[in-house]
Amino acid sequence: MIGMALNLLGATGRMASGLMGGIGRFLAFAAVTISHLFRPPWYGREFALQLVQIGWLSLPVVGLTALFTGGALALQIYAGSARFSAEFAVPSITAIGMVRELGPVLGGLMVAARVASSIAAEIGTMKVSEQIDALRTLATEPMKYLTLPRVLAATLAMPVLVAVGDAIGILGGYAVGVTRLGFDGPTYLRNTVEFLEFWDIASGLVKGAVFGFLVALSGCYFGMHSGRGAQGVGEATKSAVVVASVLILSANYMLTEVFFSA
Amino acid sequence: MIRITDLKKAFGRKVVLDGISFGLDRGESLVVIGGSGTGKSVLLKCLLGLEDADSGTITIAGLNRPRPHELAAQVGMLFQGGALFDSLPVWQNVAFRLLRGPARLDKAQARALATEKLARVGLGAEVGDLFPAELSGGMQKRVGLARAIAGDPPVLFFDEPTAGLDPIMAAVINALIREIVSEMGATAITITHDMRTLRDVADRVAMLHEGRFYWQGTADEALSTDDPVLQQFTQGRTTGPIPTLR
Repeated sequence: MIGMALNLLGATGRMASGLMGGIGRFLAFAAVTISHLFRPPWYGREFALQLVQIGWLSLPVVGLTALFTGGALALQIYAGSARFSAEFAVPSITAIGMVRELGPVLGGLMVAARVASSIAAEIGTMKVSEQIDALRTLATEPMKYLTLPRVLAATLAMPVLVAVGDAIGILGGYAVGVTRLGFDGPTYLRNTVEFLEFWDIASGLVKGAVFGFLVALSGCYFGMHSGRGAQGVGEATKSAVVVASVLILSANYMLTEVFFSA
Repeated sequence: MIRITDLKKAFGRKVVLDGISFGLDRGESLVVIGGSGTGKSVLLKCLLGLEDADSGTITIAGLNRPRPHELAAQVGMLFQGGALFDSLPVWQNVAFRLLRGPARLDKAQARALATEKLARVGLGAEVGDLFPAELSGGMQKRVGLARAIAGDPPVLFFDEPTAGLDPIMAAVINALIREIVSEMGATAITITHDMRTLRDVADRVAMLHEGRFYWQGTADEALSTDDPVLQQFTQGRTTGPIPTLR
């Protein structure tokens, strides 16, 4: 009995120690990535390519997610607000819900699925096929050439994606509100605009930047630490998406607390 | 040109390199042979600065612990699988270092030089616009070789240059390596299991066994020795002092 308890305690300790070690390595990786931002050389072409890969090519998935979410949100808010005869609040609450919460979070999760996985798989494959070693022998620091452009591009592209997603989500709510719930179009738009404050939008964009940073960092970290072979790359890809998603949701809570308190 | 003294490297309790020492003069070609997992690739990685040695000194072209760009100017490396960058066309792979860093060339110059190096390894200019995934294994090795010699480095490393190639293509790559090393006057280290590479490329042969250079000599001596360890390896026998389960 005592032996079992000690084993359990030992296993828990090892798990906690492994987790803390992992967090430490991830934070160190983030610090090294950021430090490269201030040290030349910089690879502008890689950065531009990643802006297209991460930003431009994520627009369809983020846009579609936002469109359907906005529509569903309008229906749900209508169902709730009708119980208090507060249907007039549908446009404003739909807009606030999109820009403060659902736009950045769902956009972030969709980008995590699309981008963190592809970054981890690409860098992981580069690692197992010795391309990372080849970069080093060609005097090119992989963190500078691979990680920094991806992290920077995701951090800058994500707020733009969130802004576009917010607009499309509000449009989705508008379409459902007008065609399905009987709202007058101009009134719906007026209610949306009048009740939306600058900080509602800005807080969502800040969240987007943080989520973009976390998504790309997670993809790069797990790609760079990928194990050997197809299984190693597959594991890295899975871990990148899971960790990026958990980080987005936890960072979302923390940022919301900060914005809420402010 | 290359001086290694008492190089040691262990992974945990597993000692991989246990005091390797050797020297190579300009223009010499050393072929390192040894069983799988005996540390041949680790040796190359230590020389390239991709792995930190636990102790010992490494001097390449007069540089002790060189910075990455200093080492890159002195050393060209052909990786086992080619290690070409998938996202770049062939000519940009070859000219990778020429397009970046302090001694960067303009695009037209870099392309012309890449085309010249591709021609040197027997590939036409049209190959420059292809992507690595469009090339056969033999062509990928040639492109890797072109990339290794792009900066005319005085030192060349080859990691199993004929692995995965058919015997004809392997002979072509061996011949190319020998020609290029001779005409550049480069100092070369080649890691291989291929006895034909040993015959075609080596001025000197060293066998890595149990973390040390167990045997050194010429290619002819390696192939005619009566040393039981070396003989088992060169003749590919399953019985002998080298365990087959490792």
